[in-house]
Amino acid sequence: MSLAEYFAMGGNGFYVWGAFGMAALLIAVEIIAVRARLKAAREAARGEDDR
Amino acid sequence: MTSINWARYASPASFFPLAGQLARWFGVAAAVLVVAGLWIGLVVAPTDAQQGEAYRIIFIHVPAAWMSMFLYAVMAGWCAVSLTLNARLSAMMAQALAPTGALFTVIALWSGSLWGRPAWGTYWAWDARMTSELILLFLYFGYMALRHAIDDPRRADRASAVLALVGVVNLPIIYFSVKWWNTLHQGASVSLTSAPKMAATMLAGMLVMAFAAWFYSIAVTLTRVRAVILERERRAAWVGQLAGAQ
Repeated sequence: MSLAEYFAMGGNGFYVWGAFGMAALLIAVEIIAVRARLKAAREAARGEDDR
Repeated sequence: MTSINWARYASPASFFPLAGQLARWFGVAAAVLVVAGLWIGLVVAPTDAQQGEAYRIIFIHVPAAWMSMFLYAVMAGWCAVSLTLNARLSAMMAQALAPTGALFTVIALWSGSLWGRPAWGTYWAWDARMTSELILLFLYFGYMALRHAIDDPRRADRASAVLALVGVVNLPIIYFSVKWWNTLHQGASVSLTSAPKMAATMLAGMLVMAFAAWFYSIAVTLTRVRAVILERERRAAWVGQLAGAQ
């Protein structure tokens, strides 16, 4: 089986990769957002401490 | 023998560094499991005799759907603790769980929709299982919106906890919907009381992905709860010192 055939998923590539792709995208966004939120919270907390 | 004083970790100050440690290890475990699960599901598992390759959506759909319901139950559990014991950290845990629960609900609905098209010929139907899962998404959104709308965090804790607990009634409706109403969505593929109706490889892939989703949820929720702790306890003396700690 060729790589192109594999990605075609027997004609269902749109559905299979659409499902996995969206999941990967949303999870990547969540990881980035949570890390950014923790970083911002750390910086804000340090700021309070300096007052 | 040393005994651990578990009650100590009910205080946000002692929980903060522990959550960081746990988040790292659960994150690593989730990453390993997701690679293994995707390998089994997308490469090793054989083509389905009836559905061809489209069935592979099961490896993301079912774990996401399980996690969407499980996280709601855990969130509601923390809400119950925060209401009865008036515990700050419990409310923070519930607050940290909601976005990840909503995320898995969206993934379950999205992947289910993309599976419905090749399997049933439609992206969406007002089937009992799909409709109750959509209501679950609205419950998560309602919980987060209500929290957001109330400025005083302690009042937001109580109001949103009541909403979350009322919404628990939707969980058995989702779970039993395929039995109670004979609509489009298929019945359970895996049950604790009968042998699974699928090949061993498929079951293995689904369970590995389910554990990956579970460990991911633990890691991301613990990271978020650390941010919530810092945001809410900003004025406490310990926060300034701990903000730099890993």
